[in-house]
Amino acid sequence: MTAIPLTHILVLSTLLFFIGVFGFLTRRNLIAMLMGLELMLNSVNINFIAFNKYLYPEQIEGLGFTIFIVAIAAAEAAVAIAIIINLFRTTHHIDAEQADSLKY
Amino acid sequence: MPSLNNLLLILLLPFCSFLLLGLAGRKRLSPLAGILGTTSLFISALLSVHSAWTYFSSTSSHKPEVAWSMNWLQFSDSLSIDMGVLVDPISMMMLVVVTVVSFMVHLYSLGYMKGDERFTTYYAYLSLFTFSMLGLVVSVNLFQIYMFWELVGVSSFLLIGFYYDKPSAVSASKKAFIVTRFADLGFLIGILILGHGAETLDFNTLIARLTDPSSPWLGALSAGSFLGASALTWGLLLVFMGGAGKSAMFPLHIWLPDAMEGPTPVSALIHAATMVVAGVYLVARLFPVFAIACPVALDVVLWTGIISSVFAALIACAQTDIKRVLAYSTMSQIGYMMFALGLSGYGGEAGLGYTASLFHLFTHAFFKALLFLGAGAVIHMVHSNEIKDMGGLRKRMPVTHLAFLIGCLAIAGIPPFAGFFSKEEILTAAYAANPVIYWIALITAGLTAFYMFRLYYLIFWSRESGVSNAHPVDEHHGEGTISMKLPLLLLSVGAVIAGLVPFGNYVSSDGTPLHIHLHIGDAVLPVLIALTGIGIATYFYKTESSKPAKLMQSMRVFYMTLHNKFYIDEIYLFITKNIVFPLIGRPAAWFDKFVIDGTVIAIGRTTDRIAETVRVMQTGRVQDYALFFIASLITLAVFAIYLFH
Repeated sequence: MTAIPLTHILVLSTLLFFIGVFGFLTRRNLIAMLMGLELMLNSVNINFIAFNKYLYPEQIEGLGFTIFIVAIAAAEAAVAIAIIINLFRTTHHIDAEQADSLKY
Repeated sequence: MPSLNNLLLILLLPFCSFLLLGLAGRKRLSPLAGILGTTSLFISALLSVHSAWTYFSSTSSHKPEVAWSMNWLQFSDSLSIDMGVLVDPISMMMLVVVTVVSFMVHLYSLGYMKGDERFTTYYAYLSLFTFSMLGLVVSVNLFQIYMFWELVGVSSFLLIGFYYDKPSAVSASKKAFIVTRFADLGFLIGILILGHGAETLDFNTLIARLTDPSSPWLGALSAGSFLGASALTWGLLLVFMGGAGKSAMFPLHIWLPDAMEGPTPVSALIHAATMVVAGVYLVARLFPVFAIACPVALDVVLWTGIISSVFAALIACAQTDIKRVLAYSTMSQIGYMMFALGLSGYGGEAGLGYTASLFHLFTHAFFKALLFLGAGAVIHMVHSNEIKDMGGLRKRMPVTHLAFLIGCLAIAGIPPFAGFFSKEEILTAAYAANPVIYWIALITAGLTAFYMFRLYYLIFWSRESGVSNAHPVDEHHGEGTISMKLPLLLLSVGAVIAGLVPFGNYVSSDGTPLHIHLHIGDAVLPVLIALTGIGIATYFYKTESSKPAKLMQSMRVFYMTLHNKFYIDEIYLFITKNIVFPLIGRPAAWFDKFVIDGTVIAIGRTTDRIAETVRVMQTGRVQDYALFFIASLITLAVFAIYLFH
């Protein structure tokens, strides 16, 4: 099996990251924004794994960070969804455009 | 050398009594307040007399010594402010005067202020005053004296305004405070000049440095010239300005007559016997510097003193308020002390004026306190300050009558009463120094005898029927309680015998005993003049007649001028209303309102406007923020790539 070059993986993760950014900035639905956020986090994870495997195969810091980020992402999703649920309870929508009362 | 513990106790007892009475509140200690204050002052007075006795009987040469001092503020290696106790003849003498008179006033107030709603507060203020005055007297350096000087001013302010529901008392206390503060501004600048030039504030060092002709400090201070006088002269003159304000010297005297709005015992203590002589004390304290290094400043003291003396004596002849007559008489007598200092030289026979001045301070404290307390007893009985409401009181108030007569004889300088000896010394010194001064002083002495006996006759003789109908006398009031009569009697004794103290042996300008010989021949003229003054007063005022009114009519303009105190108050009012307010006050207010406040307001408004503009960026939408964030991040990343590639 021919090895996949590092650049391919980096291109993949960059694509994933900017799809996430695009989703985060353009979707009105808060759940969809959260999904964009998850995409960004996971593209970073791919980077960590790839660099670890291709450049420093004898070390495991990249793996450690990845696990750490997965754990943080889980916690963050829990908090975000709690916020979204509360928003829905008070305003009966989860539209990011309309949730703009926190200003000035 | 008196024991240090005693000296500290003398100061601390009134202070503790002030703290106790001041903090305890007005109800709790009320019946005890008077007893407590009086007892602590009694102990203080005993200790002072004891200390003075040991001091004067033990050492023969009296150089100033610092009994105790502690470093309070260290500014630089050479300049520090210490707090301490200075022991020298004048401080010991003043300790005795202050505590004894204060004790008398405390005792007298037990009766005089009885039943007053703020009895405790009154005693707290009295104790505070006594403490501050004692602190002033024992000060070791210029700054310590300045601090206690201000404390004395505050307690005087509080006591003048003691009846704070009387508008006249309130304005009098404000006037006293503002006028003396104005003078104290000069004092402070003077202290700074002297302290800067001599690089010390300590009295002993200061005097040593500024009286040695070869010292570099004296050279530096007298080298420069500003408006025709050296820095030393300016410093001393400004210090004297503070003294003149406190001692009610012309033209800073305007507060003293108004200060009579306070309770009468307070006038006796503060505005007759102790606080107002602080200026004399200050000049005496710095006397070697005045006399040796700067005779010009001493000349100013001389002329201020003599002008105030004759000026106040003239006004006193035409006043109708019993306490105001006494106030002007105080001013006149302090003028006597001032000019005696002013014409004195340093050391030996030339220093007679110095000794005489402090001797007069000593005797004056007794007879002036006596006169004020006597006047207080009269006011207590008649419920009025106006002479026209009095008359023929000698049978109703025999003790007060006798005491007042002794006081009048003493101040008029009739032998063998106390005032005779001190005044005679001053006149002898004046005769030797300057004949012009001597003659003015003699005229003043005659005037003094005249107005004092005018007062005496108008109160105790004049109308035989007694008091006018407007103010009926409480018959059961009598002359007041024993606590009011006792101080009168004790002070009468003081006014008789204080003159017999061989004062020159104890207090002299250079610390060596000065033997004073009074020649009978010299005394004849002054006594004759005083007797003439008394005779004229007897002729006009002993029985009620139209003679004074006729005299008044014949010299109407002159009388009105005197009655209105030479219109000095009006001149001050004119200056403040027409010059100070429109030319300084209003522009300053305008500057404050529009320039200083304006700047601050403009800064606030600008910030507000910028914030209004910027806050549009805060949309409240998460995605906008995220866009900003990412866009800036990308920009930064691009920059970073191009810069650090």
